[in-house]
Amino acid sequence: MNLDNFLLMRHELVLTIITLIVLIADLSIKEDKKQRIIPIAIFLFGVNAIIGFFPVVTGNLFGNMYKISDLQCTMKNVLNIGVFIILLQSVEWLKSTDNKLKISEFYLLIFSTLIGMQFMISAGSFLMLYLGLELATIPMAALAAYDKSRSTSAEAGVKLILSAAMSSAVLLLGITFIYGTTGSTYFDVVSLKFSNNPLQTLAFILFFSGMAFKISLVPFHLWTADVYEGSPVNVTSYLSVISKGASAFILIIVLFSVFNSISMIWKPLMYIISVLTMTIGNLFAIRQQNMKRFLAFSSIAQAGFILLGIIGANGVGMTSVIYFIFIYIFSNLGAFGVVSVIYYKTKKENMDDYDGLYLTNPKLSLVMMLALFSLAGIPPVAGFFGKFFLFTAAATSGYYWLVFIAVLNATISLYYYLLVVKAMFINKSDNPIAYFKTDAPAKAALIMCVVGIFFIGFLSVIYSYMASISYGI
Amino acid sequence: MNTGIPLEYFLVMATLMFFAGVYGFITRKNLITILMSVELMLNAVNIMLLAFNRYLYPNQLEGHFFALFVIAVAASEAAVAIAIIINIYRSFHSIDVEKTDEMKY
Repeated sequence: MNLDNFLLMRHELVLTIITLIVLIADLSIKEDKKQRIIPIAIFLFGVNAIIGFFPVVTGNLFGNMYKISDLQCTMKNVLNIGVFIILLQSVEWLKSTDNKLKISEFYLLIFSTLIGMQFMISAGSFLMLYLGLELATIPMAALAAYDKSRSTSAEAGVKLILSAAMSSAVLLLGITFIYGTTGSTYFDVVSLKFSNNPLQTLAFILFFSGMAFKISLVPFHLWTADVYEGSPVNVTSYLSVISKGASAFILIIVLFSVFNSISMIWKPLMYIISVLTMTIGNLFAIRQQNMKRFLAFSSIAQAGFILLGIIGANGVGMTSVIYFIFIYIFSNLGAFGVVSVIYYKTKKENMDDYDGLYLTNPKLSLVMMLALFSLAGIPPVAGFFGKFFLFTAAATSGYYWLVFIAVLNATISLYYYLLVVKAMFINKSDNPIAYFKTDAPAKAALIMCVVGIFFIGFLSVIYSYMASISYGI
Repeated sequence: MNTGIPLEYFLVMATLMFFAGVYGFITRKNLITILMSVELMLNAVNIMLLAFNRYLYPNQLEGHFFALFVIAVAASEAAVAIAIIINIYRSFHSIDVEKTDEMKY
């Protein structure tokens, strides 16, 4: 093993170095000038995101413990883009007086969770997957409890860490049974020895429950709404987009490359969970008044759509999942961006407060409308193409009824997304949110989201590149 | 090969421990006790990993390594959880789960 090999894990290495630089920079800056860390961190992360796009060398490290190929590299780049947008959106919030002394903590925690997710995506053994998952989860709880003065934030943190600990114990029990029955934790070995005998099926179901918790599939979704509502807005957007996306990526890799021999067991399971997730997520979203809770349930419903791509178990399925999450990042971050801008200017986050927003802040309402249309999947915007390919993947494998139910659910989701649009454009309000100027970084982030929402659907290069690196069972 | 306690004894005991942890997690009202229940579950998994390794695959050490990592992760999890619980105590003046219910439905 020579030092060149380490460059295979350059995503994680660069990010680790950046984390250390931010840590040292924080120590050397005086207390009243802590805000200087913000441009440093964003610039460094931008450099990291660009380095991620350099061409990859395929290979594995540490005796197959760590694997990298074009597929994993693309997944990591997708996450990097999302995190960059979130960093831009959070600038205004970090500059507030509450966060004066803990600005760099936000960056340290968010970078370490991202390192965890990237190791998780590159995992070649269950040990690596478990460590990545925990590295992604434990700092996340600290992020959720970031607003020390708000009691709901602490409540969100404790709910996240305890339910995450419970779910990772269940996942570990699954991994233990996998180890006990196959004698290895490496993906290559396990996939050869896995069959549908009862103990291995149980092991798979325990493992899947642990993963389903991270993607917040029904019936493992109960933590989602509370944690999303209590966390700071930017942490909520991180949880709902990046964390969910990373877990969906690793789930699809593990299902396709390790558990491929028992696909006849997980397909019906996915079928039921997908239907439940879409329906329950949608029905609960209808009655929400708090915007963060509303987006939480909408993101549960979107997770149900992601399963549609996995259940297809073909190359189109994997492509459509990556493509859908890529688009979902832009549309969901567009919606969360508007919510966060309005929250930090006015401290309002209920749907009623958005009444008459178009008259006072037309640009913000237009961005919000576009993002919600993209989440609902209305044709000209990118969200439509994302959903379309997911449905294609399921239909190619013959799941017509599932596609039918999914289309019904997409229609229901249109109803509650339009409720927000109606509040902004049609409802009259005596006391609308006054006009305000959006800060420059958040504006840049929203422009990136709008560009993404408009153009990703039409750039077939992206889809065909993702298709060229995907594989089915 | 070992002639002492058979493998099944370890597995049964670890399973009992695990579900004692699940039971505690669901029924207890004190946040610290809930955290202890989770630790119990993780320790049960550790026992199982070690037993599998010792009895079924004595020539390799994967299970032992895994158990070591699980112990380290459990410790860091407990550290973060207790820090957040202290924060909960500051804002709610209690660590009872029934008091921390500002957000529901």
